Amino acid sequence: MSRLSRNPLMRFPGMAPVAGFAFAFLYMPIFVLIALSFNENRIATIWSGFSTHWYGVVLGNDDILHAAQNSIVVAVVAALTGTLLATIAALGMARGRFRGQTGATAVLVLPLIVPEIVTAVATLLFFVLIGFKLGLLTVMVAHTVFCIPFAYLPIRARLDGMDPALAEAAADLYANEWQAFRRVTLPLLWPGILSGGLLSFIISLDDFVLTYFVAGAGATTLPVYIFGMIRIGVTPEVNAVSALMLAVSILVVSLSWLIGRTQR
Amino acid sequence: MGGSAVTKQMLRRASLIGPALLFIGVFMLIPIGLMAYVSFLERGEYGGVVWHAYTGEAYSNFLFERDLDGSLLLNTDYLQIFSRSLGLATVTWGLTLLLGFPTALYMALQPERLRNLLIFLVTIPFWTNLLVRNYAWILLLRNNGLIDGTLSHLGVTNEPISLLYTPFAIGVGLMYSFLPFMVLPIYASLEKVDLRLVEAAFDLGANHLKALVRVIIPLARPGIMAGSILVLIPCLGAYVTPELLGGSKSMMIGNLIQTQFGAARNWPFGAALAFVLLAMVLITMMIYTMRSKRGPEPAS
Repeated sequence: MSRLSRNPLMRFPGMAPVAGFAFAFLYMPIFVLIALSFNENRIATIWSGFSTHWYGVVLGNDDILHAAQNSIVVAVVAALTGTLLATIAALGMARGRFRGQTGATAVLVLPLIVPEIVTAVATLLFFVLIGFKLGLLTVMVAHTVFCIPFAYLPIRARLDGMDPALAEAAADLYANEWQAFRRVTLPLLWPGILSGGLLSFIISLDDFVLTYFVAGAGATTLPVYIFGMIRIGVTPEVNAVSALMLAVSILVVSLSWLIGRTQR
Repeated sequence: MGGSAVTKQMLRRASLIGPALLFIGVFMLIPIGLMAYVSFLERGEYGGVVWHAYTGEAYSNFLFERDLDGSLLLNTDYLQIFSRSLGLATVTWGLTLLLGFPTALYMALQPERLRNLLIFLVTIPFWTNLLVRNYAWILLLRNNGLIDGTLSHLGVTNEPISLLYTPFAIGVGLMYSFLPFMVLPIYASLEKVDLRLVEAAFDLGANHLKALVRVIIPLARPGIMAGSILVLIPCLGAYVTPELLGGSKSMMIGNLIQTQFGAARNWPFGAALAFVLLAMVLITMMIYTMRSKRGPEPAS
């Protein structure tokens, strides 16, 4: 929308309070959670004073650290593989139309359309029935499938916004195809790749449902561990570990946002 | 261009797109096909399946249960779970639309810098862990939790009110989880609206309501449709929210499916349920693509 938005007529009555309510609704639970994670009380929801004690308890818990380590290993592998596959697919999909393009796009974004629980059931059945042992490897494979569309969409958007004349100019200057890609396309595409990679990293790090189905025993990730904790009860430890997960998500998303916005 | 150049171009494309398609094909499409196959197999006694023993049992299970003497009895338990899921998804859709549209419109009418900040603020909860977001609502909704505590402190209520483990709690949790999915696409289509059209409506004597109903909403239709799909589909398959915020009496389809792979050990039934859910989603998507192909209706 243009400058006209400053026209007083464009202020629709009632929109501001509803928007205010929506933002309060979105952020109140997050603030409450963060506040309570600094509560010294043994009982999670009764405030009795500020303390970072429970963060210490969480960071001293070997099970939590082990689960976090699993999560990070899985997320790094899945995000790297997914982003690599998505990047080369985006390069193939860009530049002109071709037969089967709609079908290819449909397959690439399919993991976003199919409900996660259906994917989880199908993947579990697949691995069990072909006799593949459930563990970190199956989680990585399942996450990679999910990471592909999350990385593909921002990379593709970046490619579509690029001026094809730049690569042509490189060709005019006697760059071969690889040189043009390496010296012109890739540097311009890099923010899109990085931002897509970070988003798929966070998607994998946060994933619960798919992991819960295909992890099997011994491949517990942090969300699966937290789920187990919540099932047992509301405790100060859950508050602290949840606040930590929240902080990591906010950090990574902010980073991806900043990278995506700069260098346009 | 010669034929070989065209072939070379095609090969180049195929070699670039191929790996990603192959990966999704092997680890997603084949598993979904396998899941459909498993739904027609007999269940194994201790979980798993009996190969090459075909039956439609998993689908008739949905409506009938076998009595001790082998006769079929009507059982509406599963039907209730499906209708509860549909009901909760519809209510969530309606409420996120009511809350999301004005929010998106408000955002679209702000100066650019504030607008970017607001989009960022909507995006943050969208990317935070689903478990964490639902857990925060446990803190708010439970007995002696924040809402209950505040109400009794203010003297509004005398005894603890239990909000948690009710369909209400599931509704709140789903709304919270999926509100950004509604706001962002509506915002995206509102941002593209040419305000001169709205101005023209005012010049022609329309009041705010008329300008909204006759000009803005029709132009935002693609965003509203996309947002609706993005809310309805994950709501139907929700697992985490009903598991954490709902009680055992307010199961949704997702929980029923999970049970078949956990305690109930009935894989064919679980596969059949997942397949029915997938079919519902694909039908919704088909209606959506057919409708959006028609394009926005004229505002007149």
